[in-house]
Order: sequence, then structure tokens, then C-alpha cells
Amino acid sequence: MGSRALAAFGLRFLLPVLAALVVGGLLLLAFGADPIGYYATVVERGLLSPIGLQASVTRSAPLLLIAAGLIVAFRAGLWNLGADGQFLLAAVFVAAVAPPLAGRVPHWLMLPAAFAVGAAVAALWSLVPALLKALEGVNEIVSTLMASFLGVSLANVLIKLPFNDPTTTVPQTATLAVDQRLARFPGTTVHWGVLLGLVAVIAVHLLLERTAFGLRLRVLGENPRAARHVGLPVRRLTVAAFALSAGLIGLAGAVEVLGVQGSLRADWNPAYGLLVVPLVFLARLNGWATIATVLFFAVLMIGGESAARRTGVPTYYLLVQVALMLLAFAAVRAVEARRGRG
Amino acid sequence: MEGLASPAFLAALLAGMVTAAVPLLLAGLGEQISEKAGVLNIGLEGMMLFGAYAGFWTAWQSGSFALGFAAGAAAGVATALVMALLCVRLALDQIVVGIGLTLAGEGATALLHHFQLSRSYPRLEAVATWPVPGLADLPVLGRAFFDRSPLVYLAVLLPFAILLVFRRLQFGLNLQAAGDRPAALDAAGVSVTATRTAAVLLTGGLAGLGGAYLSTVGAGLFVPFMTNGAGFIAIVLAMLARGRPLNVLWGALLFGLCLALTTAVQVAGLAVPTDVVQMLPFAAVLVVLVLFGRRAGLPAALGRPYRRGEE
Repeated sequence: MGSRALAAFGLRFLLPVLAALVVGGLLLLAFGADPIGYYATVVERGLLSPIGLQASVTRSAPLLLIAAGLIVAFRAGLWNLGADGQFLLAAVFVAAVAPPLAGRVPHWLMLPAAFAVGAAVAALWSLVPALLKALEGVNEIVSTLMASFLGVSLANVLIKLPFNDPTTTVPQTATLAVDQRLARFPGTTVHWGVLLGLVAVIAVHLLLERTAFGLRLRVLGENPRAARHVGLPVRRLTVAAFALSAGLIGLAGAVEVLGVQGSLRADWNPAYGLLVVPLVFLARLNGWATIATVLFFAVLMIGGESAARRTGVPTYYLLVQVALMLLAFAAVRAVEARRGRG
Repeated sequence: MEGLASPAFLAALLAGMVTAAVPLLLAGLGEQISEKAGVLNIGLEGMMLFGAYAGFWTAWQSGSFALGFAAGAAAGVATALVMALLCVRLALDQIVVGIGLTLAGEGATALLHHFQLSRSYPRLEAVATWPVPGLADLPVLGRAFFDRSPLVYLAVLLPFAILLVFRRLQFGLNLQAAGDRPAALDAAGVSVTATRTAAVLLTGGLAGLGGAYLSTVGAGLFVPFMTNGAGFIAIVLAMLARGRPLNVLWGALLFGLCLALTTAVQVAGLAVPTDVVQMLPFAAVLVVLVLFGRRAGLPAALGRPYRRGEE
């Protein structure tokens, strides 16, 4: 890395992150918490301890898949902010389908079938906002958000009624046997869904940078008028981008059920969707940089969950942290734009 | 179980409708002012949450609802100040900043709740009402419309006042120009930055006030994430209202009814799971978008920062 590239990396990534950590630390101080102790616990529990590090890497699996989905949509100029509903509905259907399938078909067939169900459910759920955008020009920010709230409630209804496991007292789906879940790397708790996440982010990156379809999506994103002018099928591209975006987010739901949860309880909603948005922006929608920001954030998340138990700073602090990163990122970009115009 | 058509049930439903509609109305009118001036405010949910927390905390500490409302509006304005600085002055991406403010509102108010309220779980008494003489005793309608806190009457009058501003005042015309033809406003010697800043701050104040009403009067307590999408519903209301304040009023009442149904059905003891009923408002928004989305008229320069000399 040359010195200019290093400086650019520092400005683009380290500066917003450091600013967020410092401002967030001052906030903790204002609340009477100990920021140094908090951050030390986060690093120790999320990165330095072997169990924590494995948990962080495992957590990055769904985050990477969501990030891949968001990059597709954002590069195509489509604000898919409905990731939470797409993720949860996919997870619920996978949790409903996988256990009964596991007893009937071989493992190598059950897993792809379950992944396909997850991707298909999420893609279908994105169809209403996609069609509204493609045919009626309805702003997709509000339609995806509304579909997301609706999807989260629908997922709960499904867990409590049709997919409920009658043998348990709490409302939850049937549990997938541990030997039927995603295999783990030998000697670790990390399942191979992490590889799927890495492959997805890289594949999306190459798709956008190296293929004609990717170029069309980028043209649509950067200048919809020009896209129409050169005769691109804007409506079909819009629906395709939405389906691909939501499908990847659906895979995230599948990976979480097949790799970690095994079953879903009612009212479980990790709300990863809006948390990943700042991470892909911080990475400038670049696949390689996204892997770094997601891994970094997974450490903050796992460490933060541990620190919540030990230091009494609740995990809500993560929301403040990503919000600060996003605002700092926006400010850095403004500085760059100013310099660029010079 | 009471019959669903009984006067008592209807009275409770209508009262609930108005209570749920007021935050949507205030935030929706705020969003409309911003959108008119060309600023899409996705941070509305965060502004409402900051207003809800500040309003509740102040009303709880001071015992005064009026102070609570003032604090809620002030917290909304303070949040909007960040948006005005970043999006209007520095011309940053409005959607990115809006998402940031929403996340900040969710996280910061949940943290504040954890550190300040989660040991005692304070609640507020019911707000004092100003019954309208003669009308407050009407069956069914009286309790819902004519026996309310003063803020409710003000909120219902507000769309008419804003209509007057949009139609009659120079400031209203400036707002419209800032959204449709910012370059023309600039050429006429009026600052686009100042006009849009004023619009964004007004939005923050109204959203904060709506949030404060939600926590102090609507719920009587603060719960993390208590807006639960109300800010986003308000954005939809503003988009569908096509710049007309009265449409925000009708829309807020309609969605207020949906929200009130979610509680009323449970109170009536119907055997419907809560989650099914909770889907109602969001399903309603999507249906409305499917039916009328095409007609959502938005200003030409919505979402685009203005820089002199660039078109």
C-alpha cells in the first residue's frame, strides 16, 4: 500500500470509526459508565479470547450475506431498507421446512433446499416494493420499511400458529437436530456459512464490477434517466435487483437458522438490517472493504454482548456506535467532495 | 365480552383513534414542510424518539405536561439542527444522514432509558383535559373529540394554519420554491439554505412534539423503540398528501384508527393474536401505496442538495 493509499484508508475508514468510538466513549462517561473498561472488555471478549473470536467470525456469516444484498440494491440506486422483514420471514420458513425435511431426504439435499426456500421467501417478500417502484414509481424507502414491519409481525404469527412446535411450552418452531446443522470447521465453533457469506460478498463485487448485468445495474443506480435513454429495461432490472438483494438477505436468515439457532422463538428479531447499512457505506459499497467493516463490527457486537453482562452497558450502545460511524462517514465524504471540487 | 357495536366500545375506539392520530399528524405535517422545501427527512423516527424521551423525562421531573411538550419539541429541534447542518449546509446525502439519526434516536433513548428509568419505571398520571362545554357530554363522540388535552385541539387546528402559511405567506411560497425550483428562489434573492434550514427545524420541532405527546399522554411512560414505525408512517402520510396539510389530517385519523383497533380488539377480548392485529397499520399503508402510490406528488428537487451554480 503506498502512502497516499494509506492516507486515503485512514481518512475514509479509520477517521469515522475513531470519531465514533471517541464520541461514544464520551457519552458512556456522561452516563457514569467507564468507557476504557467497556472497550477493553469488548476487545478482550470479542477478539482476543478464542471463544469470542470464533463467535465473532460466526456472527459475521449473516452480516456478510445481508451486506451483499444491500450492496446489490444500493449500487442499483434502490434503497432496500426492508432487510429485517426479509431476513426474519426467510428464517421462519427455513426453520419450518428444515426439521421435517431432515428426516426424509439426505443431508446434502436438505441444506440446498432449505437455502433455496430462504432465498425464495425473501425475494417474494420484496416483490411488492419492487413492483411498486418499477411500475408506479413509488418511493421504495417507505414501501420496504412498511413491508419490513409487516414481515416481522407476520413472522411472529407464523411461529405462534402454523409453524408452532406443539411439544414445547414456549411458542417456537421445531428444532433442527444438531447433526443436521451446518458443519463446523474442525476444532472450532465456526460453521461453513461464514464461507458462504465471504463468497457472496466477493461474487456480488465481481458481478457488479466485471459483468454486463452489473454494469447495467450501476448505470441504473447512477443515472436512471440515462439508463432509460440508452434503452435498458429499467423495470425488469429494478425487479431483478430487488429479488437478488432480498434473496441474499434471505440466505442470511437461512444461515442463522441452519448454522446457529436450529429453531426460532417468537419475538426473536436481531434487527441486523439497519445495522449493516452503515457498514456497507463505510466500505463505499466495495466488497473487499465490506468484509473488513463487517468483521470489525462482528467483534464489536460479540464483545458488546459480553460487555453488557459484565459492565452493565446495554447492547443498545451498538446502535449509537453505528449511528455515529454513519454520521462521521457522511462528514468525511463531504470533506472529500469539497477537496475534489477544490 | 362487549359487543363490537356497543357505544362504550365505539367511544373507546374513537378516543384511541384521536390519541394515536395526534403524533402521526404532528410528525406528518412536519415532514410535509420539509418535503415542500425539498428535504426528505428519513430521520423523523429518531426525532420522534428524542422528543418522546425528553418530553417524558421533563414531564416526570417537573410534573408539568406543558414543560414536557416544550422539551419534546426542543429535543426534536436539536436533532433537526444536526440534519440541517449536515444535509442543508454541507449538502450531505439526506437518506444516509436520516438513517443515522434514526439509529441514533433508537440507541440513545434506549440507553437513556436503561440508565435513568429502568430501575424505577416511572409512570405519569392521565393528562388534565379541557372539556368543551356542551359538546364534551355527547354520547360516543364527546370523549373522543371534545374532552381532550389542549395540545389535541391545537394539533387539529395546525393543518389549517399551515394551509394558510403555504397559500398566503411569503414564507410558504419560499418553501415551495426551495423544493421545486431552488435556483429560481436563489435568483430571486432569497437564501435556499436559510429557507430549507427553517423547514428542517420546524419538522424537528413538530416531530419532537408528536413524540412527546406519544410518551406523555398516549402511553404515560417511556419504552425503548416506542414509536415502532410511527415516524415512517408519518413520512408515507406526507408523501401521499401531495403537499396538502388537510390530507395529512385525514390520513392521520385513518391510520390512527388502524392503530387504535390494535388495542381495542385486545381490550374487547377477541381471540386474535396481538401480532395479527399489529400488522394492520402497516398492511393498510401498503394497500394505500398500491392504490394511490402513483399519485404521490413530490417536489422536483426533493432529496437533492442545493449548490449554487449546479443544476
